[in-house]
Amino acid sequence: MAKKKITRRKFIKTVAAGGAAIAGATAIPSVSRKAYAQQPKLSIAMWNHWVPGATDAQKAVIDEWAKQNKVDVTADFIGPSATEMLTVASAEARAGTGHDIVVLTTFDGLFFKDKLEPMNDVVDYIQGKYGKFDEVSTYISHVDGTWITVPAPTGSHSYPMVTRMDMWKQYADIDVVDIFPADVGQRKASKVKKFTYSAFLKACEKVHKAGYPFAGPISECSDADDWLCPLFLSFGSVPVNEKGDITIESDGTLEALDYMQKLCEYMPKEIYGWNDASNNRWIISGKGSAIQNPPSAWAVAKRTRPDVAAQLWHHDTPRGPKGRYRGCLFMTYGLWKFSKNKKAAKDFIKWFLESAQQWKLLDAAQGYDMPQLKPLEAHPVWKEVGPPKGGQYNYIRRGDEHLVVGGYPAPAHIGVQIYRKYLIPVMTAKVTTGEMKPKEAMKWCAKELEEVM
Amino acid sequence: MELNRAAGEQSRNVNLLSKLRSRRFIGYWMVLPLVVLIIGLVVYPFFYSILLSFQNKAETKFVGLKNYQRLIRYGTFWLVVGNSFRFTLTAVFFKATLGLMLALILNNLPFKGQRIWRGVSLIPWVMPLALSSLGWWWIFEPTHSALDWVLVQLGSTPKPWLSNPFWARIGCIITNIWFGTPFFMIMYLAGLKSIPRSLYEVAEIDGARALQRFRYVTFPMLGKLIAITVMFSTIVTFANFDIVWILTHGGPRYTTHMFGTYAFNIGIETGHLPRGAAIALFMFPVLGISAFFILRNIARGET
Repeated sequence: MAKKKITRRKFIKTVAAGGAAIAGATAIPSVSRKAYAQQPKLSIAMWNHWVPGATDAQKAVIDEWAKQNKVDVTADFIGPSATEMLTVASAEARAGTGHDIVVLTTFDGLFFKDKLEPMNDVVDYIQGKYGKFDEVSTYISHVDGTWITVPAPTGSHSYPMVTRMDMWKQYADIDVVDIFPADVGQRKASKVKKFTYSAFLKACEKVHKAGYPFAGPISECSDADDWLCPLFLSFGSVPVNEKGDITIESDGTLEALDYMQKLCEYMPKEIYGWNDASNNRWIISGKGSAIQNPPSAWAVAKRTRPDVAAQLWHHDTPRGPKGRYRGCLFMTYGLWKFSKNKKAAKDFIKWFLESAQQWKLLDAAQGYDMPQLKPLEAHPVWKEVGPPKGGQYNYIRRGDEHLVVGGYPAPAHIGVQIYRKYLIPVMTAKVTTGEMKPKEAMKWCAKELEEVM
Repeated sequence: MELNRAAGEQSRNVNLLSKLRSRRFIGYWMVLPLVVLIIGLVVYPFFYSILLSFQNKAETKFVGLKNYQRLIRYGTFWLVVGNSFRFTLTAVFFKATLGLMLALILNNLPFKGQRIWRGVSLIPWVMPLALSSLGWWWIFEPTHSALDWVLVQLGSTPKPWLSNPFWARIGCIITNIWFGTPFFMIMYLAGLKSIPRSLYEVAEIDGARALQRFRYVTFPMLGKLIAITVMFSTIVTFANFDIVWILTHGGPRYTTHMFGTYAFNIGIETGHLPRGAAIALFMFPVLGISAFFILRNIARGET
């Protein structure tokens, strides 16, 4: 029997590795099973998920932590309306009382940044375990060197193309599954490269002619921002740059407006009155062949029109002259400064955002929630959920897309004004309805921006 | 001496108790909860919003009238002013006219049938406004409008409800008329009931026809009531929020934004609460003038 000889060098290496592993494990404190001197009470406002069962999954995970740590946790689920969440947070911020932890949509943390506890330690803990948060999350939550909120996967979502595979193949001769298969390894760069806004326009003309147009809202709703702001960015149109200068009056904006004028010829006229539910209704009705939306349209179709759902493929947005951009809306967790249980609250968030818990929640959300950390993207839900199987694989960014929120790259406090005043959709509508010439509309938008600066 | 002092104290206590039990004091006690509520929910927020409107966005600095000055230099704000007046004047005119017509019809129905119709016609008014606005949204829904379907069945063409500024404004006004007409109707009906029959009999003897009876008896007798209801409705309509928010969210292209919705958009959604307060306070002159006339009319009615 051959004996393994242990050399001095091997021994030192093994001990050092073991030591490092132990040190690593202890350096990051375990956030589960904390013992508190007194049983603390924790009040949490979480997002009321619209996917059936996803809120129950959140409740179960919260209960698990409460039991393990002997903390008396009260969890309220608010929303899913963003306005409801903002109203709750505004009232609590002003009254100086309410929940300890509050869920906030994309920009809302900014409104209360002076009333929110810095979360640098929580973010350090999470990033130490799973790597850095993505660029959009940092843009939203990291303000003036402080993490005012912690990015939250539950409820976060993006706006990929949602295309009727059958219709686009039949009428536009575009096989979206072939261009964006459910395996990034099988993607052919040459095919992806050809999926540009000009190719998209030609395809839209064809599906329009066939009676099944692409449509997206150009109105005062967030879905309108979420597809138009990225589209404008891909033409190089930046309303306000990183320094805070107004840069809307540019060739990029003119190009984007010109493009939109052409695209609007192939879209239904009702888009100017659409709201955040209209995308869903459009694709589910069978009248439309494509939208830009999170998988909520697919999920509703699965219940009400399974024949339509089975034909929906989520994939990357078209590429413009300045890149490929996709809109997103991310949730965050904030901790009020007035909270009397900051330690327990921070421990809870750390534990809640750990992979083991998030894995369960991503499952329950059936692919709707979008993680902001790379390791969580390995979750199989997007590959498995269907029919069609793999239809949501590309909901997670797989290629050269940049995820952005409307208003990016302006400083976030200006970005929120661009987003919530729907400046890009309104400017687009003014041009595409003939109310203004493109240059007039740009000037109008610049003036609106001056007012919000 | 001790005895006298005790007796004096006792009589003072009895006096205080009887005062507190007097009709006048009980009246004050009963009104007190309402006064507290009004102070907490109306007076305090009103003065607080004035204070807010003089502050910067972060609410850390007094900026005087800057928020107001910026608003009046701003095109969108004047669009909102125009929208609010257009919406209020049109909606109140139609609500008052239709309310009066309905009241006259109901007043002439036999008493037995009148109760049922009175109840039925009050339904839009007793329904929560948010709920009926949602119902109207389904009727106007841009892609699958039920109203358009009816129009097409009748041989007309579908209308761009909610997606065209003109039709979106019409849609908001129709919803407001639907909700507010029963209020006018019930007020006018009560007014009609209080007009003495003898006046009509005298007019009939003098040979007055139906239209003349309306012009020379009904209308003058209802005059004060019409003025009060119109003023009251102007206040409520001008400060409308629910209908516009649910139907159009201020669109298309800000053409249906009212003071209330625009204040919410700027104050809450974009986080500029002081500017939002300033927008809301621009409503005050209109509401204040209306309230003044209402109160003056009521006071004159009492004397």
